Amino acid sequence: MTDTPRTLFQKIWDDHVIERDDNGTCLIHIDRHLVHEVTSPQAFEGLRMAGRPVHALDKTLAVIDHNVSTAPDRLTNLGNEDSRIQIETLRTNCEEFGVQLFDISDKRQGIVHIVGPEQGFTQPGMTIVCGDSHTSTHGAFGALAFGIGTSEVEHVLATQSLIQSPAKSMRITVEGKTAPGVGAKDIILAIIGEIGTAGGTGYVIEYAGQAIRDLSMEGRMTICNMSIEAGARAGMVAPDETTFQYMKGRPMAPKGDHWDMAVKWWKSLATDEGATFDREVVLKAEDIAPIVTWGTTPEDVVPITGSVPNPDDFDDENKQNSARRMLDYMGLTAGTNMTDIKIDKVFIGSCTNGRIEDLRVIADLVKGKKVAANVEAMVVPGSGLVKQMAEDEGIADILKEAGFDWREPGCSMCLGMNPDQLSPGERCASTSNRNFEGRQGKGGRTHLMSPAMAAAAAITGKLTDVRELTE
Amino acid sequence: MTPFTHLNAKAAPLPMMNVDTDIIIPKQFLKTVKRTGLGVSAFYDIRYNDDGSVRDDFAPAQDAYKGAEILVTGENFGCGSSREHAPWAILDMGFRCLIAPSFADIFYNNSFKNGILPITLPKDQVTQLMQEVQENPDATIEIDLEKQTVTRGNKFSFHFEIDPFRKHCLLNGLDDIGLTLEKSATIRSYEEKRHAEKPWL
Ligand code: SF4
Repeated sequence: MTDTPRTLFQKIWDDHVIERDDNGTCLIHIDRHLVHEVTSPQAFEGLRMAGRPVHALDKTLAVIDHNVSTAPDRLTNLGNEDSRIQIETLRTNCEEFGVQLFDISDKRQGIVHIVGPEQGFTQPGMTIVCGDSHTSTHGAFGALAFGIGTSEVEHVLATQSLIQSPAKSMRITVEGKTAPGVGAKDIILAIIGEIGTAGGTGYVIEYAGQAIRDLSMEGRMTICNMSIEAGARAGMVAPDETTFQYMKGRPMAPKGDHWDMAVKWWKSLATDEGATFDREVVLKAEDIAPIVTWGTTPEDVVPITGSVPNPDDFDDENKQNSARRMLDYMGLTAGTNMTDIKIDKVFIGSCTNGRIEDLRVIADLVKGKKVAANVEAMVVPGSGLVKQMAEDEGIADILKEAGFDWREPGCSMCLGMNPDQLSPGERCASTSNRNFEGRQGKGGRTHLMSPAMAAAAAITGKLTDVRELTE
Repeated sequence: MTPFTHLNAKAAPLPMMNVDTDIIIPKQFLKTVKRTGLGVSAFYDIRYNDDGSVRDDFAPAQDAYKGAEILVTGENFGCGSSREHAPWAILDMGFRCLIAPSFADIFYNNSFKNGILPITLPKDQVTQLMQEVQENPDATIEIDLEKQTVTRGNKFSFHFEIDPFRKHCLLNGLDDIGLTLEKSATIRSYEEKRHAEKPWL
């Protein structure tokens, strides 16, 4: 087996198989399990009813993120009754079962997919799961990371393993260098536009090529994060020097001799020359412009220089009908220039783009400028540590000065489980990952884009080509 | 888990593509700490008017489809978030079988864990089935998991594919965790070996 060239995914998979049955279904070992308040209560309840303990406490970490308030008074005000119950349920469960929890008062608290990498809990070569579809984020480290449902959360808590059938493999190569003003978010939106929201179903995607290699860990996380938006089970990037630099010295990363052993192993994980994929897709980085979405699925993308598409122009009748419905929901008319679309709100944050690098980009752009009078703009750092860094670096002051609302960390308006929501008909430039109907609030209209593009929109009050602001 | 062997039931049509889990169960209902009781809130935004009455264009909630246990729908059903609240809500609404040209991975997986059978059929067969249940709300559709067939009287019968392990678990109502715990010794020895090789993990 070691002689046949293998992909990164195959290597990690093979390394984790505990048992394989005749049909190829495997019991695989799970190295890391992240837990949050929304998808875990019923799992802990199941354990309790069966009298089962948590199998591996050192491999389990819990955070509160989804429906935590992002307001300054949140330590004393947990929000509405349901949110309070869910948060307190997680606290009680963690205490009862002995699971480590980053509670709201902890500086390390934040969005689960920002916290894992930040702590070094996420490492190359691992299998990482969480009851959350954006677990694919952690694949940026060369880990096999995927979202699971609550029954599986319970399964992992009880056994530190999962029953899985192997996925198909896809490699997406982004060749060459991106143009100025184009970043990781534009690359992944371009990819989803290319393969569609179901294009990755059944696959684990490996991202490769110079444009991917050139990205920082933050950028790679943005890419892998949205793999699920293409329907993929997981997304991954082979670990390299960029990865090791990021990992080194993180609180939960290996230390001393273990570090050297780990790096040696991590280096062996890259896809072998000659390994084959079930599907290959190639994009040219130079063809990618800053991108925004116009519809209510992440595949409905258009370059900012383009216009709202005409439903009649789609080949498939189903797509024509759904495009009509989407334009109606989004309150858009075919043919309108994207840059003529006015916005009401800006949301910068989420596990896609709530990291320090994202905040640095927007601070550079908005320094000395003001948020447009018609716009309410909020910035929600992805974790307490990101918030701290941004405050230390003066980023928070720049943003506040420009008129942005500077919040406490959490998922916030990415899904609007807390009071951070759009009102019906409100239009939002958002750095999150889903533009589904009602995602950011009932009747709310979401345009997905990069942090730079969202910041540009905040300043001009309409969708804007960020390159015009920087030229 | 309740075993799934046979189902003879009415089917309701939901002819939409990309029905995501935010549509199946909107976020305001995720705050529950229980598995049950989500049925009335399922498909909330496309099912109810602002005044709380049922929308005319949401077929599964019309009287004609009362008692339906099968939902026939479009491509990429269940895409989006991993929330298991989606299959819980669908089950609580009374559906035990879903038929579509394709399902999103996590949702597909979650369905089995709750005793729901998601059936993937080629697009033209789903279209035929959709037409049938739209024209004849009373039509009984027969699902035979053992034989892997979807049958409408003597009008048509389609064969579907399913992973043998999943089929076995559904037919016998097996609980995954119980099955896995029987392998505790194998799990332990894997973990010991792994720890010896990679002690930092
Ligand atoms: S930020 Fe959004 S996508 Fe990410 S975990 Fe939170 S709710 Fe999910």
